[in-house]
Amino acid sequence: MIRDITIGQHFPGNSLVHRLDPRMKIILTMGYIVLLFLAANPGGLVLATVLLGILYRVAKIPLKLIVKSLKPILPIILFTVVLNLFFITGQGSPLFEMGFIKVYIEGVRYAVLMGVRIVLLIAGTSLLTYTTSPISLTDAIERLLSPLAKLHCPVHELAMVMTIALRFIPTLIEETDKIMNAQKARGAQLDSGTLQQRMKAMVPILIPLFVSAFRRADELAMAMECRCYRGGEGRTRLKQLRLTSTDWASFGVCMVIFAGIWATNLLFTGL
Amino acid sequence: MAAIIRAENLTHIYGQGMPDAATAIENLNFEIEEGEFVGLIGSTGSGKSTLINHFNGILKPTTGKLYVDGQDMWADPKQIRKFRFLVGLVFQYPEYQLFEETVEKDIAYGPTNMGLSPQEIAQRVQQAAQLCEIDSEMLKKSPFELSGGQKRRVAIAGVIAMRPRVLVLDEPAAGLDPEGRDNILSQIKAYHKETKTTVVLVSHSMEDIAKYADKVIVMNQSKIAMYDTTEKIFARAQELLQMGLSVPQVTKIFLKLRELGIDVPTDVYTIPYAVKTILAAKAAKEGGKV
Repeated sequence: MIRDITIGQHFPGNSLVHRLDPRMKIILTMGYIVLLFLAANPGGLVLATVLLGILYRVAKIPLKLIVKSLKPILPIILFTVVLNLFFITGQGSPLFEMGFIKVYIEGVRYAVLMGVRIVLLIAGTSLLTYTTSPISLTDAIERLLSPLAKLHCPVHELAMVMTIALRFIPTLIEETDKIMNAQKARGAQLDSGTLQQRMKAMVPILIPLFVSAFRRADELAMAMECRCYRGGEGRTRLKQLRLTSTDWASFGVCMVIFAGIWATNLLFTGL
Repeated sequence: MAAIIRAENLTHIYGQGMPDAATAIENLNFEIEEGEFVGLIGSTGSGKSTLINHFNGILKPTTGKLYVDGQDMWADPKQIRKFRFLVGLVFQYPEYQLFEETVEKDIAYGPTNMGLSPQEIAQRVQQAAQLCEIDSEMLKKSPFELSGGQKRRVAIAGVIAMRPRVLVLDEPAAGLDPEGRDNILSQIKAYHKETKTTVVLVSHSMEDIAKYADKVIVMNQSKIAMYDTTEKIFARAQELLQMGLSVPQVTKIFLKLRELGIDVPTDVYTIPYAVKTILAAKAAKEGGKV
């Protein structure tokens, strides 16, 4: 049901991956994503998969969770794979032909590569959110973006908006559950009927949900003002982010592996 | 009278098969007879809410069976909506489920889902509004303009308009001022008397239970600890206190009097009855003197 959503969930722990500086983790994750699209051959992606597998092991995140977080985006993966399969044309003769559909060996290759890429993309970014609490994540984003503050960009405010948004996801899920039950008790039919009927059936859920979200926002703003919140200027932190030697060492190791993955491009050009 | 709700070994386990599975209710066997006003009490986490969510099929029992009006509720899961109209459930803070443009339309939401004719719906809305003291001017307003107590009454009217045979209310008076509290509860009692609808009232206020319920179910640690008439339940004050529950103030006074060696009954739980016993005791004493 609605409570099964795992994307963006945090799993507390005390592994090496958990303890890394969140800024470092964000940068490395971003590097990893870029790399996934740079690696244009199976060898590189195999290496990238192995690297991620090891990191998941170190972080002690059960593999079941990855499967769970991949479920909702399965349609996107399938769509991409099918699209690549049918629309990439290669030189040689097609492997398979049926009417206007022609499947080439290149198409199969790209389809598999794209599928693996998207899976790794989700699994990689999930690792970041699994091992980093939302608070330290936004903290890190704020620090990483702090140079923009000089250009009068409200970096602190944006980070605060993100923290609040993340904080309210579970609350709103719970609220939705409650409202759904209340309307079901009044005979609402949510899971049957035509598409139009189903959309109509959502109205009794969405309106109370919006009303309560606005009420909560109002209450929270009031509570923040009561505690003299006035934005980021001159605000000090309970937990100062400091890069340690472990962070730099991990950065170095990851960079070497990243370089290795990239280098496979040169090795497997023939494939 | 026949049992309108009957539970057989009713058990519900949240997240069964997971390492954090929690048994919310365990092996419940009980019957609620048609036309009764039953109070349901128990400390937080004792399984009250889980139990009432079973009454109209919001939750499905993990094992065991629940019969409503003699029919097995989950014999055909597709028919579950039928039971939702048979058992009306008013959740905690029901005012947050209001969504229509006008109070009238919101009260009509349940009956409309039942597929009734427009005349029937209009008539039910009128009657439910009258029972909950919602005047015609308020019916035309948006539910979001009303006060907290008014919203609560509209939400309850929305369930009453479905004319369920059993009305289940989860703390209908929570968060209201004393006047709003008395208003809502006495309206429910009046509705119960008038229509002979079975009512299950969940409350943390022993005073309210004492005042309105004929029978009381006491839940403790996922099980039914007691199920008896109200006076017999409140006579077992010591056990209730051990479960983290309480007894009405007036019962506490009578228990203290008894501790002091004064011979008074222990099953006093309402003020009128207390006054009567005190007057009787006084009369007996004066009669003895003369």
